[in-house]
Amino acid sequence: MQDNNWRILTRPLIDDNPLTLQILGICSALAVTTSLDTALLMSLVVVCVLAISSAVISLIRRQLPHSVRIIVQITVIATLVIVVDQLLQAYAYELSKRLSVFVGLIITNCIVLGRAEGFAMRNGVIPSMLDGIGNGLGYSLILVTVGAIREFFGKGSLLNVQILLPTSQGGGFEPLQLMLLPPSAFFIIGGIIWLIRRRNPEQVEKPDFSLRVEQREAK
Amino acid sequence: MSGLFELLLRSVFLDNLALSFFLGMCTFLAVSKRVDTAFGVGLAVLVVQTVTVPVNNLIYTWLLAPGALDWAGLGDLDLSFLRLIAFIGVIAAMVQVLEMTLEFHLPPLHRAMGIFLPLITVNCAILGGSLFMVERSYGFAESVVYGFGTGLGWALAIVMFAAIRERLKYADIPDGLQGLGMNFIVAGIMSLGFMAFAGTG
Repeated sequence: MQDNNWRILTRPLIDDNPLTLQILGICSALAVTTSLDTALLMSLVVVCVLAISSAVISLIRRQLPHSVRIIVQITVIATLVIVVDQLLQAYAYELSKRLSVFVGLIITNCIVLGRAEGFAMRNGVIPSMLDGIGNGLGYSLILVTVGAIREFFGKGSLLNVQILLPTSQGGGFEPLQLMLLPPSAFFIIGGIIWLIRRRNPEQVEKPDFSLRVEQREAK
Repeated sequence: MSGLFELLLRSVFLDNLALSFFLGMCTFLAVSKRVDTAFGVGLAVLVVQTVTVPVNNLIYTWLLAPGALDWAGLGDLDLSFLRLIAFIGVIAAMVQVLEMTLEFHLPPLHRAMGIFLPLITVNCAILGGSLFMVERSYGFAESVVYGFGTGLGWALAIVMFAAIRERLKYADIPDGLQGLGMNFIVAGIMSLGFMAFAGTG
């Protein structure tokens, strides 16, 4: 049992990562990764919401009529997100302004509804919560990596601490403007997916149509 | 008038919801294998977005914004924290109404949209559009234009993306990049293209 729970917690980190394999939750993720601190805050929020919503939905799963389950799930998630949003505005107003609408968009983040529907509806409270935390962490891992890369190359700093001095201030580092624009996030995620699939070749998608003759014959 | 036109251009190209705010990405990546399905989803998003953003705008200005309930003698009430739940409700209801109306009056269009119409409810582009509308405090006319523009921009992006993917089937892509990885790279390049409109604003 202990072993099983550990596996539920760690599998979504890389091997079954929600972003790179399940294609969940890409929506509200990428826009907050221009710097590391917003990425970290967003990760924290998503892990909390995911853990609590999975636990709550798992708690009420036996009382929930099948036909209205989506509405109930959305309501639970929306309530949690509103609470988090209000907390952020009260205690971290500056950061919450920079996250702008993306906290609210956690409601429609497919990762939360996807895990509620796919896991919490069929499992007990503790595994559901661990699954929520695990998926949240897997999501955070990608978010933080992308955030760190973009802030480091785009501004030469990490967590707003200047590491490389840009040329405009007499240093030898030319900030890469592209890193602060949306396209770079797509490229970095594409690269991360490539790396992960090099490590786990069984995740590679089969091409619909193969150009290489030896591959076609091997099939 | 020129302000509205500028907003339209801006919301279609420069502030494209899919390519510069990453909204609706799940649908964007999942249902863009073929151009005709992509067209169906794009159309559904366009219609729903054009309706929901103005409706949410009315609801926000007359019911939820701080001091909005002045007309009912409740001027010091601030219900703006309810906006997330209200917007989701409006979107779900709108989608439902729209589906029934289309099925009744325009069956061919309803068939073209198919299964995608209900799925729109959880598309972040729709909720995102409404939230941006509140954050940038658009008026009613602006919100109509903004809703239409962002919907059009999203539809344009997904149809173009699907067209590229259809061609990519015949490309020799490295194993690890096959599928999702390549889709991200393509979306990135498209996003670069849309960034080029930055100078026109």
